[in-house]
Amino acid sequence: MKKNIVAMIMLLIIGLGLMSVVGEMPTFGERRFFSEEEMYDRYLQQGPEETGSINIVSAIITDYRAFDTLGETTVLFATVAAIYGTLLAAINKDGDD
Amino acid sequence: MKFEDDIVNTVTRIILPFITLFGLYLIIHVHLSPGGGFSGGTVVGAGFVLFSLSFGISIQEKKLSHRTSALLESYGGLWYVLLGFVALFYGYNFLTNDPVFGLGQSGSLFSSGLVILVNIGLGVKVASTIITLFDSLGGEEL
Repeated sequence: MKKNIVAMIMLLIIGLGLMSVVGEMPTFGERRFFSEEEMYDRYLQQGPEETGSINIVSAIITDYRAFDTLGETTVLFATVAAIYGTLLAAINKDGDD
Repeated sequence: MKFEDDIVNTVTRIILPFITLFGLYLIIHVHLSPGGGFSGGTVVGAGFVLFSLSFGISIQEKKLSHRTSALLESYGGLWYVLLGFVALFYGYNFLTNDPVFGLGQSGSLFSSGLVILVNIGLGVKVASTIITLFDSLGGEEL
C-alpha cells in the first residue's frame, strides 16, 4: 500500500514534467526560430529542383540528410551482426558438446 | 515453427504475391509517392515472415537461403557507402546528389539519381534484416 502511494506520487511528478514539456511544444504550422523558417522554405521550394524527387520526405532523408540515414543503416547492421554472432556462438557450442 | 492450418496456408498462397509486389512498389516509387526503403523493405520482409510462418522456415530456406539473406544484409550497407564514395571521385562531398548522378525529368520513374539508388539498397537491406532476424530467432538450425 505504501509502495503504491509512493509510486503514484512519483508518476504524478513525472507526468507533470512531461506535460510541461508538451505544453511548450510548437503547435501545427507555428514557426519559432529564424533558422528553422529558412530551412523549411528551402526544402519546400527548392527540394524538387535540387533533388529531382517529388516526395519531399524521401528527398530529405536520403539526399539532404543522407549521412544521418547511413548511421541508421549502420545501427541496423550492428543489431543483426550482434544477434547473429551471439546465436551462432551458442549453436556452435551446442554442436561441440 | 509452422501452422498446420489450411486456411492460413491458402490465404498466404493468394496474398503473398500482392504483399511482395506492394513492397517493391513502395521501394521503387520512393521519389514519387509516400514510402521508401525502410517501409517497403519492411513490407517485403513481412511477406517472407508470413511465408515462413505458414510453410515453415525450411521451405523458405529453399527460396532464400540464410547465407544469401545475411550476405544481402551486408552488401546493402556497402552499396550505400559505395554510392557515397562515387561523389568523391568527381570532386564533390560525400553522398552528393545533383551534379554526380543525373536528376532526369522530375516526376518520371527513372529520375532523382541518388535518392532512388540509395533507397533500393536500403530496401534490400531492411528486408533481409527482418528475414535474417526472424530466421535466426526462429529456433531452427542455421
